[in-house]
Amino acid sequence: MGTKQLVSTTINGEPSQFLCEARQSLLEVLRNETGLTGCKEGCNNGNCGACTVMLDGQPVNSCLVLGLEVDGKEIQTVEGIAQENELHAVQQCFLEGAALQCGICTPGFIVAAKALLDENPLASEEEIRFQLAGNLCRCTGYDKIIRAVMEAGKQMAETTTS
Amino acid sequence: MSQETKQASSNGKYRVLGTRPVRHDGADKVTGKAIYTADVKAASMANGFVLRSPHAHARIKSIDTSAAEALDGVLAVMTAEDLPDVTDKIADLGEGSVNLAHLSNNVLAQDKVLYRGHAVAAVAAVNVHIAEEAANLIKVEYETLPSVTWVLDAMKDDAPLLHENLYTSSGGEKADTASNVGVHLNFQQGDLQKGFEEADAVVEREFKMATVHQGYIEPHAVVVDWNHDGRIKVWASTQGSFTCRQQTAEVLQVPLSHVTVVPCEIGGGFGGKIAIYLEPLAAVLSRKSGRPVQIVMRRNDVFEATGPTPGAFVRVKLGATKDGKLTAGEAWLAYESGAYPGGMLGPGCMCVFSCYDIPNALVDGYEVCLNKPHIKAYRAPGATQAAFATESVMDELAEKLGIDILEFQQKNAAKEGTRRVDGPVYPKVGLVECLDAAATSDHWNSTLEGPHRGRGIASGFWFGCGLKSSVVASVNSDGTINLTEGSTDIGGTRTSIAMQMAEVLGLDAQDINPRVVDTDNIGYTDVTGGSRTTFATGMAAYEAGLDLQRQMTERAAELWDCNSEDIQIESGNFVSSSQTATFKELATELFKAGEPLVGRATVAPDCSTNGFGTHIVDVEVDMDTGKVKILRYTVIQDAGKAIHPSYVEGQLQGGAVQGIGWALNEEYFFDDDGEMRNASFLDYRMPTAYDLPMIDTIIVEAENPDHPYGVRGVGETPIIPPPAAIANAICHATGVRMEELPMSPPRLWKAIQQNQDGN
Amino acid sequence: MAIVFIPSQLRSLTKGIEQVQLDVRNVRQVIEQLEDRFPGVRERLCDGDDLSPAIQVCVGQNISTRGMFTKIEADHEVHFLPAIGGG
Repeated sequence: MGTKQLVSTTINGEPSQFLCEARQSLLEVLRNETGLTGCKEGCNNGNCGACTVMLDGQPVNSCLVLGLEVDGKEIQTVEGIAQENELHAVQQCFLEGAALQCGICTPGFIVAAKALLDENPLASEEEIRFQLAGNLCRCTGYDKIIRAVMEAGKQMAETTTS
Repeated sequence: MSQETKQASSNGKYRVLGTRPVRHDGADKVTGKAIYTADVKAASMANGFVLRSPHAHARIKSIDTSAAEALDGVLAVMTAEDLPDVTDKIADLGEGSVNLAHLSNNVLAQDKVLYRGHAVAAVAAVNVHIAEEAANLIKVEYETLPSVTWVLDAMKDDAPLLHENLYTSSGGEKADTASNVGVHLNFQQGDLQKGFEEADAVVEREFKMATVHQGYIEPHAVVVDWNHDGRIKVWASTQGSFTCRQQTAEVLQVPLSHVTVVPCEIGGGFGGKIAIYLEPLAAVLSRKSGRPVQIVMRRNDVFEATGPTPGAFVRVKLGATKDGKLTAGEAWLAYESGAYPGGMLGPGCMCVFSCYDIPNALVDGYEVCLNKPHIKAYRAPGATQAAFATESVMDELAEKLGIDILEFQQKNAAKEGTRRVDGPVYPKVGLVECLDAAATSDHWNSTLEGPHRGRGIASGFWFGCGLKSSVVASVNSDGTINLTEGSTDIGGTRTSIAMQMAEVLGLDAQDINPRVVDTDNIGYTDVTGGSRTTFATGMAAYEAGLDLQRQMTERAAELWDCNSEDIQIESGNFVSSSQTATFKELATELFKAGEPLVGRATVAPDCSTNGFGTHIVDVEVDMDTGKVKILRYTVIQDAGKAIHPSYVEGQLQGGAVQGIGWALNEEYFFDDDGEMRNASFLDYRMPTAYDLPMIDTIIVEAENPDHPYGVRGVGETPIIPPPAAIANAICHATGVRMEELPMSPPRLWKAIQQNQDGN
Repeated sequence: MAIVFIPSQLRSLTKGIEQVQLDVRNVRQVIEQLEDRFPGVRERLCDGDDLSPAIQVCVGQNISTRGMFTKIEADHEVHFLPAIGGG
């Protein structure tokens, strides 16, 4: 058994500490040590985006980040997107737009889409497709996902201006 | 942005059907709360890892697990010796059948490995890293054998033989020499020679198609707890908990009733999660270690060791008169079945001419073993390969005759009364309606301008299964209903099933609480697959609703002191000459007045849904690179009745995009040693959001007479037309007729060069 | 009378006969009567007492889930087809 080290971080706005071995990815640590199983393993080598989380304000493939690397950093997972009991606009639009079928890629898309819309809520269809090209979906053909993201962006822009 | 999406609607006939309620499991899925199998944590759970063959074909001379067993943290190690001997028994899994000896052998190899990735041993340890380390300490001595990975090569007399006891079955008659050819099928109709003599134009082409994978984002995963009382609990990512239970019990040779399968939320299946791979391994490791064991497949193992769908060689010849009437059709098909026999040649042969009325036809097909994983269904199994050939030849024949391709399809379209080459006559079906919808669509009537741009059209057919479903409906005191069912929900079916119950009872979709439960808690239910779930389990929900109505009518008669014949159901309300009550009002009253209300239904409808679809695609080809851009795509399909239009559209769009990937990029690339060189999402290139436009849909509703709401299965047909539609579009854009899948940039570029050199 | 279609690969057993009319009420009776007239047919279509798992029967216009028990009415067509799975 490898020696574990203590990592201190902030996850979804709360201080969090966990032990992990050098060889454990952030994906593995989130799922096994902190119980946050929302991020999913699809490929374990950075090609599907199902493991997307926010790390210091940037979306990353958590399978390509080591657990030890996040010491002192801020992480947001899909579990931290809804505020108290209210879904975020991205989540609500995914539901109303039927933008998920099996749902395995949905957490990764929601984290990535929110990151994109936080920067640029009125991103065009092409910009959205480009920015989300790192998130694979095999069920939906992306159509309803893109529409849901565009609708969420519109609502976020209206909320900001109103 | 979308140009056109024609939506199905309730048309005023229904309250709930045709609307778009938010799915019942939605909140869990968008917040990360939904539990998929890899998320399951059992107390003291150990982790497993599977050791797999690096060779495509080899004899196993010895396996030494001692070093693995000695590693700190290892709890159990197993090989095929730990699995019971299973005779050559065929188990009927409801949806397809399986040879148990082959299934067991595929789960863990005994004397031979038949493909790279074939499982050889498994380890359980305190964590997955130690399990993997231990697996790599297992010493396996192999004697490598020559391997074969292309279907035509595997048919040759001197091809390496995979099974010494496999004899070609031709209509049930077995050959007397062993072969890699497991099955030979033949269908005939009319007089082929006469048919071709009557033709004014004939086109014949040969097509090659590479192996492709379903590409579900969630790898296979199981957790198994072999309890100390001999009961085995399985959490699985499965399309069918009951078939999983049966296969697991059979491979382990334990009583069926000792196995419980809990279907977790599932991250895609498309036909690839019906056969088992990991369950018996985790079970035996759990028994040996005394702890629950979780095994999750790595992505490369998913590619190399599950069930991709067959590569194939198909030759199609069609003849027609100068005014566009098909007179004859001949098809020769060779389909891979992978390491074991038992594939999808049958449906391929039945579908190859299924869209058309061809009075004189001959279909000859062969199913061939070779050193690749055992193939499995990918949506409509075997149909896409056949359609690629036929729809390409149709397009070329139309051009030769100088007839518009859509008119050519319409002129020959299968309809009620058309006899398919394998024999049956179609009941009422919707291909003509799909073609008519294509003809009047905005897409077909829009102009496509610009260099190297072309438009293609293709149609497809899939049967749609019926099979068995069970539901139970318990009425709550507030008149809402807990609907218990056994159909794993991969695409929103729990909602479309709930909607059918809501419709019959005059309730809202949100008044029904659908739950997918384990095999101990619901009657037998066949797989979520075969385009059957909204159709068959929905039918069961409808029947259970009727059962509740019958019970409530009798109880209301007691309450209201009248005869039950005096109570009518009007829009779900209970009406007598002097009283009227909604379902909810009556349910609340009855809760105070006697026995609880529980309804039930079981169904086993015949396969009849007959789903036809037509796709239109515009492409632009970069002549310098061979890259194809999809400019516009429209899916037209007959859904019979779209219960939840968003999820019908989702099936159409998702299936079409899988077909686009199949057409343009996806393939298993094998080297000379039979090793797949692109077993990752990086190099097995599936479509991303950036590769595609919006996918428009037109839902045709030619109601199915065999369902109370007219539903036809829709999930599989959408994957059939895309490769041919895109090939046809590429031909119209470049003048090049592609005969190989995928039509990836290097292949298309080369074909363009050759075409230009030829000119 | 039901119209039973002989699969093309079994026509060597029926000396080329492609269809027969039989007075039958279910698929089991079809198999029995075919075997009487054309010995060897049962072995090709059945596995013990049941239809071969590689075969499904289409009666009328529907592919049946009931195998040997499938009821047949007058004027129904009966076809023996390869078994279809789905995905």
